[in-house]
Amino acid sequence: MKTQKLPPKPAKVAQARRSKPSPGLDRDIQAAIGDQLRAMHDSILREGVPDRFVDLLARLDKPQGSR
Amino acid sequence: MALNPAIRDDIIATVPRLRAFAMSLSGNLDRADDLVQETLLRALANIDSFRPGTNLTAWLFTILRNHFRSEYRKRRREVEDSDGHHTEGLKSQPAQMGAVEMAEFRTALDKLPPDQREALVLVGASGFSYEEAAEICDCAVGTIKSRLNRARTRLGELMDVQDATEFGPDASTRGILNGP
Repeated sequence: MKTQKLPPKPAKVAQARRSKPSPGLDRDIQAAIGDQLRAMHDSILREGVPDRFVDLLARLDKPQGSR
Repeated sequence: MALNPAIRDDIIATVPRLRAFAMSLSGNLDRADDLVQETLLRALANIDSFRPGTNLTAWLFTILRNHFRSEYRKRRREVEDSDGHHTEGLKSQPAQMGAVEMAEFRTALDKLPPDQREALVLVGASGFSYEEAAEICDCAVGTIKSRLNRARTRLGELMDVQDATEFGPDASTRGILNGP
């Protein structure tokens, strides 16, 4: 399995924003986007693997499993 | 079927990331879990088409993403709100994301077209490289990069407009005028 790489650098993002009066605000917003994305993502990761999926795999992973 | 125990463990270990991705796509935890369940069923039914040694995580994400896209197209035909995009995501937030800030972000994220949203989430949250994201979305690496740029620009504008409302009508109007 390949290893994960870091997300792209914020500079790239700032570059993509045109004609904004305040690059400082720009960077803040882009940093906030990254933070929010990861916060949302991590809050789900913290829940681990719900039982229903462990059960599902156990049920399907049987020699005579039909489906 | 008798599943290779190592592959089974890898699939289980990927479930949290699949759920997070599904949640980002669907905006609804119940739907996200249904997406993950369907993904696992399809993965096991087609496990013979997985080549050991290749990226299992990317393979599972591809299945989930393709399933979501076909479901999304179906739903879009069935129910569209007046703005032409589904707003289901706004109704349900997981408890731990209760903050107003997070709800606003979710709202903004849901306004992105699905191709931009998935590119943003795959690279910005799921931690995939451009190349892996391109593989999952079945498109060129350059396409992922441009979707990502458009997603960030658009999201920045949406969040900027939300912020700007705190500073009175002038800033707010400017934010709207600076739209795409």
